[in-house]
Amino acid sequence: MISARFAGRLGSFDLDVAFEAPGRGVTALFGPSGCGKTSVLRCMAGLTRLPGGRLEVNGQIWQEGRKITPPHRRAVGYVFQEASLFAHLSVRENLRYGMKRARGPLRIGEAEVVGLLGIEALFSRPTAALSGGERQRVAIGRALLSQPELLLMDEPLSALDRISREEILPYLERLHATLEMPILFVSHDISEVERLADRLVLMEAGKVRAEGPLAQLLADPSLPLIHRPDLAAVIEGEVIAVDPAYGLSEIAVPGGVITVPGALGPAGTRRRLRIPASDVSLGRRAPLDTTILNALPATILDAAPDPDGHLTTVRLALGPAGNGALLLSRVSRKSWDRLGFAPGDRIVARLKATALAGRGRPAETAPERKMTDVPD
Amino acid sequence: MSLASLHDPAMLETLVLTLKLASVTTVVLLLIGTPLAWWLAQPGGLWKEAVGAIISLPIVLPPTVLGFYLLIAMGPESPLTALLGHKLSFTFAGLVLGSVIYSLPFVVNPIRNSFAAMGARPMEVAATLRASPFDAFRSVALPLAAPGLSTGAILGFAHTVGEFGVVLMIGGAIPGKTKVLSVTIFDYVENLEWGKAHVLAGGMLVLSFSVILAMMLIERRFGEARGDARR
Repeated sequence: MISARFAGRLGSFDLDVAFEAPGRGVTALFGPSGCGKTSVLRCMAGLTRLPGGRLEVNGQIWQEGRKITPPHRRAVGYVFQEASLFAHLSVRENLRYGMKRARGPLRIGEAEVVGLLGIEALFSRPTAALSGGERQRVAIGRALLSQPELLLMDEPLSALDRISREEILPYLERLHATLEMPILFVSHDISEVERLADRLVLMEAGKVRAEGPLAQLLADPSLPLIHRPDLAAVIEGEVIAVDPAYGLSEIAVPGGVITVPGALGPAGTRRRLRIPASDVSLGRRAPLDTTILNALPATILDAAPDPDGHLTTVRLALGPAGNGALLLSRVSRKSWDRLGFAPGDRIVARLKATALAGRGRPAETAPERKMTDVPD
Repeated sequence: MSLASLHDPAMLETLVLTLKLASVTTVVLLLIGTPLAWWLAQPGGLWKEAVGAIISLPIVLPPTVLGFYLLIAMGPESPLTALLGHKLSFTFAGLVLGSVIYSLPFVVNPIRNSFAAMGARPMEVAATLRASPFDAFRSVALPLAAPGLSTGAILGFAHTVGEFGVVLMIGGAIPGKTKVLSVTIFDYVENLEWGKAHVLAGGMLVLSFSVILAMMLIERRFGEARGDARR
């Protein structure tokens, strides 16, 4: 359990935040550039000192007002925006720098970290010859091996190009699925958040606007996130069947079963689905003749017209009883009015199968290094 | 002119003394210059710049001016002499003190630049990897500043070997005690012993060339190894 509160002036900037995060899982600090996300993370590591604050991590007090534990006495792992590997040390020496200095029992071993991040092949190469994505993987491994109780990542992907980012995301998803330790990461990219986070702390101009479970905040009608053009619902589920002949998987989610392209692993594998609101259409009845694979009973929770235009954003709960996973749909205001939908209506939500991105949680094998991953 | 006429036991004596002075001075400079450079490289106010300027004064000040003030500071009536109980002028220790002050900027500035180029990030990374400030300084800052340290050491050494004005002012020319190479060359020329002057001057020329070459090679090697220190 992490409980943080920081208040004070940083330069010309007022920070006043308080939030909590569970002792396991990934919490994203999300907000526009300059809203103070990085400052919060630095305060948590002790790199920035704000006398008005309190930080408790798993029962240990890291800050109580002016009593601030210096960074090297905190079991904290920190991944900076740029990998910041030590240029005078080899890849292996970089990895071991924190491990050698860690106190207490070894929670995570070198072999495990190296396997998780696929960095064995990098050992023989000088740090200067690594690509951006490879450097960041080594930096994450180095932080993990310092045996932290809390891993902080400051926009670990933002300094990378798109290809390196795609290369590194599966590793981060794997950390998420495997590690016991809580992870807090800063991001201004909602697609990263959708893939990695369980909880969201939404920041705005040095303050916490909202905090809560990811799926809930992404679809909260009182928050600006609901107006983003690429609005999507994030639903977690479990693979129950794979149809290799058609290359499809069935995933059980709260309130229904969704068919997704691809063989997404053996039954029981946890998967996270991202369902764009623009790919969900609504009907009174199940369609008869249609190429659409997914037609799920759902209940309308509420709807709100978008501020500037012809669309209406509808919030739905999957399942005939209306108590399943939260789904979002964006339909034209005209259709909405014509069909006369109202909150509480039981309807059928149609999902375009191709729109379902089965984003992998535990990859069974290490993702292969892409040929496009050229050292820069 | 025969080769025998070039032989002078005083030559060896002066050479040994010069190398001893330069070595001791370099060690002292590294010991006090490195922490000083670290302190100067950290962000700070105006008065830090003022200290930096004071340290850099010997670069622009005529050596005789510096020597004059040092002579007064080491003289019989100075507080320093009162403190030590004996005067430092015309002693080896006095020469070391003078050389340290004279060569300080040549050691401090390259090291300071190296620390400054490194930025705050490597130390922050080390701190989040459980390294105490001293541990991080030793295991991260010093190795990363190695090019600056070697440049500083070489410049400090070479500059001390070549110093003339300050030495003459505070040390005079006591053979075996304060009579260093540059002063010896001056003496030879005054006595019209051109051959001996040639030997020492030529030696200095070769030494200086070697120093500059070594410095450039070291910088090139570090430049290649480093490549991308902070990406």
